[in-house]
Amino acid sequence: MPAYLARRLVQAALILLGVAAITYLLLYMLPADPARMVAGRSAGKEQVEMVRMQLGLDRPIWEQFGSYMWKLLQGDLGRSYLQRVQVTELLGARLPASLLLMVGAIFCELVIGVTLGMIAGLRRGTAVDQTLMVVALVFISTPQFVIALSLLYVFAYWLGWFSIGGYGEFQHLVLPSLTLGLLGGGWYARVTRSSVIEVLRQDFIRTARAKGLDRWRIVLVHILPNAVLPIIAMVGIDIGYFMGSIVVVESVFGWPGIGQLTWQAIQQIDIPIIMGVTLLSACAIVLGNLLADLVAPLIDPRIKLR
Amino acid sequence: MKRLLASVSLAAMMIAATPAFAEVKQGGEMTVTFKDDLITLDPAIGYDWKNWSVIKSVFDGLMDYKPGTTELVPDLAESYEVSADGLTYTFKLRQGVTFHNGREMKAADVKYSLERTCNPATQSPGAGYYGALKGFDDFQAGKATELSGVQVVDDHTVKIELSRPDSTLLHLMALNFAFVVPKEEVEALGPDFGHKPVGTGAFKVTEWTSGQSIVLERHADYFKEGLPKLDKITFQIGQEPVVNLLRLQRGEIDIPGDGIPPAKFVEVMNDPTWKEQVIVADQLQTGYLTMNVNIKPFDNVAVRQAVNMAINKDRIAQIINNRAVPANQPLPPAMPGYDASFKGYPYDVEGAKAKLKEAGLEGGFETELYVANTDPQPRIAQAIQQDLAAIGIKANLQNLDQGNVIAAGGRKDGAPMIWSGGMAWIADFPDPSNFYTVILGCGGAVEGGWNWAWYCNEALDKRAEEANAMTNPADADKRAAAWGKIFTDLMADAPWAPIFNEKAYVIHSARIEGPEGVFADPIHIPVNYDEVYATDAQ
Repeated sequence: MPAYLARRLVQAALILLGVAAITYLLLYMLPADPARMVAGRSAGKEQVEMVRMQLGLDRPIWEQFGSYMWKLLQGDLGRSYLQRVQVTELLGARLPASLLLMVGAIFCELVIGVTLGMIAGLRRGTAVDQTLMVVALVFISTPQFVIALSLLYVFAYWLGWFSIGGYGEFQHLVLPSLTLGLLGGGWYARVTRSSVIEVLRQDFIRTARAKGLDRWRIVLVHILPNAVLPIIAMVGIDIGYFMGSIVVVESVFGWPGIGQLTWQAIQQIDIPIIMGVTLLSACAIVLGNLLADLVAPLIDPRIKLR
Repeated sequence: MKRLLASVSLAAMMIAATPAFAEVKQGGEMTVTFKDDLITLDPAIGYDWKNWSVIKSVFDGLMDYKPGTTELVPDLAESYEVSADGLTYTFKLRQGVTFHNGREMKAADVKYSLERTCNPATQSPGAGYYGALKGFDDFQAGKATELSGVQVVDDHTVKIELSRPDSTLLHLMALNFAFVVPKEEVEALGPDFGHKPVGTGAFKVTEWTSGQSIVLERHADYFKEGLPKLDKITFQIGQEPVVNLLRLQRGEIDIPGDGIPPAKFVEVMNDPTWKEQVIVADQLQTGYLTMNVNIKPFDNVAVRQAVNMAINKDRIAQIINNRAVPANQPLPPAMPGYDASFKGYPYDVEGAKAKLKEAGLEGGFETELYVANTDPQPRIAQAIQQDLAAIGIKANLQNLDQGNVIAAGGRKDGAPMIWSGGMAWIADFPDPSNFYTVILGCGGAVEGGWNWAWYCNEALDKRAEEANAMTNPADADKRAAAWGKIFTDLMADAPWAPIFNEKAYVIHSARIEGPEGVFADPIHIPVNYDEVYATDAQ
């Protein structure tokens, strides 16, 4: 196990290095010129060049990347070109909100997805199954924006149960988590359903039934843990997804997460922020996957970490 | 004397039947929302339409504009004198103006602030405007340790010398980039000054929560008696304009800074209560289509004229809910020098075809139209594309993020056509020269420049220089007319197809009011924060 963990961590470091290198190269290859964005419209050629020098963008790319990585190893992500603030500070200010929403969303996804999937799988072929699968499909295919605005309109504007967006109290967390939970839950429901059907075919279920075990015991002890395995892998991936790709939900609910920061940085070619966010998301994905792999054997002893 | 005045006005207030005659009381607060962060409130650095006006409430410059107008008035300066040759400006500063930290603002602060903006290490996007200051080039190149054109005569007198006459100097002193900052705070805070700004302005920043909110509170020692009206302004950051409109309707916020989103526009304007709360304001903005004169066939003036005649500008204005008026010249109507009698090119499809024929291109041609990829710009570009198709020009759209469009425009053979929307020119100060030098003059037609048409007419450049040398305030009208003529003459060469001038639609809660014109201020978008007051504090 320690050897496995060490190997995975080395792998993770290599993946992050790769992500950093590729992102840096891509940003470098863009025709858009950050020095011009900083220097503004009144700047003449000399002024743009001077800004370029100040930002260190006049150096060869390998040198720029080298010094970026050197600082990164010391925990320094640089300063935003436009905000002039430490990127670590900007990310730090947004990270708690992103993590909180991630937890809320994954909780909703699991509750909605696994419940619907289990019911549909156990009632395979019935009208209940078909209805639930259509509902799941609707959740998956409706744009985030629509679900988010609809929930907000009904529960916050009309019924007034929640405030119209905001951050800081538990009530603010409910609607954004639910929005993401419905979307992800749709996927989870479909995956859970197929794995429930798969598990139902297994001999040990037949044995359990033949033994005359209680129906609920079969469902909760024998089917659920086996059916939920693929979901754990999906949660691992979602951790990364929730780290930066949920800008729409964030902006509908005024949630001060990392997505918002990313969106603005991309518009302004603020390379230090873009790099910081990319690396953070990559970290989250790598860690999420690692976590999923570590949890799997706890649920299914057949899986061994080697 | 002051006390006497106060009691007189108190009496007047009691006598006056309507509150309009009464003195507005200070107090209360308001909430303003923006989707995107304000990024920075450092006056040397902040340069977008959101932080621009907020900075004006946290800092002051030697000059300012009379609220609701484009008329220059002394601000931190009490008075100023211009030498006969227009090369020396002497500003007398007000006494007793204090920064938010309590220290008195003095002439040395003015010099420090201008040097800071012009210092390349500051990376100010406004430095380029101050090129006429004596010693600017040496200072920028690091050959001089100070900007020799700015001299401290005594604690309350500053002398500014120019290397060439520049009639925009007073505007430049009203620009955010020349706002006065205290050296000790800038040096103590370093790059964090942008989030913890200290100025002389009506409000001080008391809280900045990244991505969430920024709180401004009243500067109790503000030098203008009775201003600001509000005790506190909270900026809430990060929510969609659509949601902010709902919050306005629920009474949770006072001004949605991003205005009325297109999807809600008709609904709001048909709503009897809310349409009363909407104020329409002219903006110093023109949306235009550039044609790169280096790229065939746009090197042919007839082709550029044909494009001008082919575009149905009314229909394009409809795409943005008619929140714009069709334009026929680069200057917007609210700008001095705008020529209301100028007719420009009519919308005339047959005429456009004839022009193409004249250029020997009756079969049409294929080209590319660059456009920023945020709504509604691609929709506008599609409308232009259809209009061009009607005369046989096949324009392929290049939807890119704005940084890449700007980069393409700055290359000599980069972009044949660019729709300027989203990156369009909004004047930094209300002077016609601001619409020429960088975006239509020869100086901007360089690699990495902003003259995306690459149009360079030396005769016009010379006239522009002459107009800028008219520094005598008595010549203001003559100067504006000279500038106006430059822009209308330029249209004969048609490097642009001017499309429309956008109007700002500001919506606000009934709780917030202000003097006439406060919500339609050409300098402050969405509003002059110093002047608005809360009705519930009255």
